[in-house]
Amino acid sequence: MTTAIDLPHAKRTLANGLDVLVHEAHGVPIVAVNLWYHVGSKDESPGRTGFAHLFEHLMFEGSAHHNSGFFAPLQRAGALLNGSTNTDRTNYWEVVPTSALDLALWMESDRMGYLLPALTRERFETQRDVVLNERRQNYENRPYGLALMALTAALYPPDHPYHWVTIGAAADIQGMQFEDVQDFFRTYYHPANASLAIAGDIDAAQAFELADKYFGEIPAGQPPGRVRGAASLSREVRLVLEDRVELPRLYMAWHSPGMFAPGDAEADLVADILANGKTSRLYRRLVYEERVALDVSAYQNSRELGGFFLLVSTAAPGRSLTEIAGAIDAAIHALCAEGPAEDEMDRGVAQAEAQFVYRLQTVGGFGGKSDQLNTYNVFLGDPDYFAADLARYRDASRDSVRAAASDFLAFDRRVLLSIVPRGQIALALDRSDPVSVS
Amino acid sequence: MTPADRSRLPEPGPDPVFHFPFLVRHQLSNGLRVLTVEHDSVPIVMFAMSIDGGLSADLPGKEGLAALTADLVDEGTGDLSAIDVSDALARIGAEYDVEVGADTSTFTLMTLERYAQRGGALLSRILTAPALRESDLLRVRQLRLDRLRQLKDLAPAVAERAFLRLLYRDHPYGHMAIGTDDSLSALTLADAGAFHASTYVPSRSTLVVTGAMPHTALAALANDAFGAWQPATGASPASGGVADPSPGSIASPRVALVPREGAAQSELRIGHLAARRDTPDYFPLAVMNAVLGGQFVSRLNLKLREEKAFTYGARTGFDWRRGRGPFALQASVHTAATAEAIQDCLSEFTDIRGPRPPTEHELALAKASLTRGYPRNFETAQQLSRAVVQLSLFGLPDTYFDEFVSRVNDVTIDEVIRVAQAYLDPARTTVLVVGDRAAVEPSLRELGLGEVELLSPES
Repeated sequence: MTTAIDLPHAKRTLANGLDVLVHEAHGVPIVAVNLWYHVGSKDESPGRTGFAHLFEHLMFEGSAHHNSGFFAPLQRAGALLNGSTNTDRTNYWEVVPTSALDLALWMESDRMGYLLPALTRERFETQRDVVLNERRQNYENRPYGLALMALTAALYPPDHPYHWVTIGAAADIQGMQFEDVQDFFRTYYHPANASLAIAGDIDAAQAFELADKYFGEIPAGQPPGRVRGAASLSREVRLVLEDRVELPRLYMAWHSPGMFAPGDAEADLVADILANGKTSRLYRRLVYEERVALDVSAYQNSRELGGFFLLVSTAAPGRSLTEIAGAIDAAIHALCAEGPAEDEMDRGVAQAEAQFVYRLQTVGGFGGKSDQLNTYNVFLGDPDYFAADLARYRDASRDSVRAAASDFLAFDRRVLLSIVPRGQIALALDRSDPVSVS
Repeated sequence: MTPADRSRLPEPGPDPVFHFPFLVRHQLSNGLRVLTVEHDSVPIVMFAMSIDGGLSADLPGKEGLAALTADLVDEGTGDLSAIDVSDALARIGAEYDVEVGADTSTFTLMTLERYAQRGGALLSRILTAPALRESDLLRVRQLRLDRLRQLKDLAPAVAERAFLRLLYRDHPYGHMAIGTDDSLSALTLADAGAFHASTYVPSRSTLVVTGAMPHTALAALANDAFGAWQPATGASPASGGVADPSPGSIASPRVALVPREGAAQSELRIGHLAARRDTPDYFPLAVMNAVLGGQFVSRLNLKLREEKAFTYGARTGFDWRRGRGPFALQASVHTAATAEAIQDCLSEFTDIRGPRPPTEHELALAKASLTRGYPRNFETAQQLSRAVVQLSLFGLPDTYFDEFVSRVNDVTIDEVIRVAQAYLDPARTTVLVVGDRAAVEPSLRELGLGEVELLSPES
């Protein structure tokens, strides 16, 4: 009864340039539609941040032939749907009963082809307020919620596409103009800048036919130019931010390999070995043995123009960030000098393999099979990358992990951010400069 | 090929037929109930053990014990330390998870099929033979106390805690699983040992095994792992169940405020105790909720998010428990909009009871949101396992999932009005606000809901 561990699919490109990827899975009578536009907050410019994400909201407000909310007809048909924007891409997805696939494709294609006639100033202004609420709820009103803004601002220079976070600056959002919407749509929302994945209880030939029926009539657009940007640090930057928090927390961030670049998979393994799970070196020392910290975690944030590697740890009551920083530095030093132990590699690779299998459980939604196909297709131009992706982890060695760690985890090229309770700036690492984020 | 007809939306065809996988029930000789589910998707096996003994099993003064015990069991077994257990889990790529609910504690372990035996054996050791060492208790208890302290920074957690206390007062459902500073600090290894001995017994437990193999093989996995499990000698199983809380006898609505200086938004909870999961009115209530606030295109989300842009999202829901559980709205609204959002919510609670009953269109939308996407709830081993755990938790029939869609579709507008009148009572609704006192208190007083009761974040 066992199925193979892979992600089989077929790919066609429509005459207008739209890539269509189809994966068949017939276990449950549902189909996932997943549409990516290769545009994110990195395509914005300073002073106009937050636009890509605001635009995502507008995509749910109606299009020429269905001039009202996007959710209603789809939810009535039993769909689950959502969208998201990050620095590099914007995605939209629906999971529908097989019987409603036509509806989902009609709706998605209508807003790709015919959005602007339905877009009014009033809708724009309402969604601008919704986004400001989202920003208050998820960033301003959440403990440690401003950390990422402070970190990215310090890691990247002001004109770098990753200097700002996707939600954007509040002042920029308030200042957005309705007139900018049309340009943005024409530049980025067209078949040549999109990738459509259909996965689930559908015959591939039929799926291609439906894709062509609904999307084939949309004029091809000009592939947009790709932003570039290199960034590096030449020193250790120490910052402190006061926040409504009970306990101080330390963030350490480094520039790291970009998505699918050499060293990217190794950076994931470094994160696991250092700080993820009770068996990790830092959990064991900081949380389990010395109880200096409440938690510790690490994350390789792989992105298109380059990644950043993040280590985060919250001090236990009465303990200092200086103690935590000392232990982290010692662990980094040891890993860069000696590399991981054999059993750390075994464990890391076993976990990576299991995660690849678990990822094959859902056809749709964030991280489901349709989303994975689009990840590979948009960033690599190769939807057939699942096995190669897994091989990156299987092929990692003690040497390659040590080399990757030595390469990017440098003490003199990083950002150290202390977030401390308001009025207790002395709890930060020494020599930290106050930073303000809003 | 015919081009797309954009003059109207394509009409979805009839709902595809969906059948919940066939369940097989087994009973091990030690009394453990086992249910197996064949799920032929990816080579994964999932174990889900549900034990009668959730947060409501905490005795007064021992709040937090069920959750502390659940947290402690994987901190070592036999001569394995906490790190060793974690290492063993990682080596089989396992995902291990613990959830302490109102009525039960549920432990899940997912692993690759080729590690199924090892996964079952590991879960068994964790649950049936935990080491329960003093040093681990002290460490885990401290981490939970620190976590509790951090929760005070989180408006939704502060709201949840205060709201449950207002609704349930001293009832066993009236606290958070994590407990309070005082109760958690006082818990000892003896408490955890006694709780484990009396609660983690085969007769109070149900195991669901889901995977891509035949029922007989899944049952064999269960038997290999848990066949030898015997209750601790001398331990008497804890008595089961909690008394049903009274629905509340408050004559008029009341409003309470947890001050949070400078908060950009107010976290709201608006509702009251409503119904038990085994209410015969479950299906009309589910439809009523979908109309009112249970989906994106519900009355409250359309009003508060789409029309007024007060919030990023507002939703209502029942917190289903074996005993009577709350029905409430939750939303985080812009501070300046706090009072108006509350008024809008209370108006909607009132209107659906008669002044503005659901239209045919709303009823259809609500039913569709519950039924038409129903099959996607059963795509993964984890979803199937959790669904079967629900069957056992609430004593639902094995046919429940297959009948769900037709039961929802049978609900009429009159029934929705009837249950709204019977279960939804604006006159005894509690309004809780976590927000900036200086900015919101004056407007809360003008709501006409009586005095504003001030609460501390710890209350």
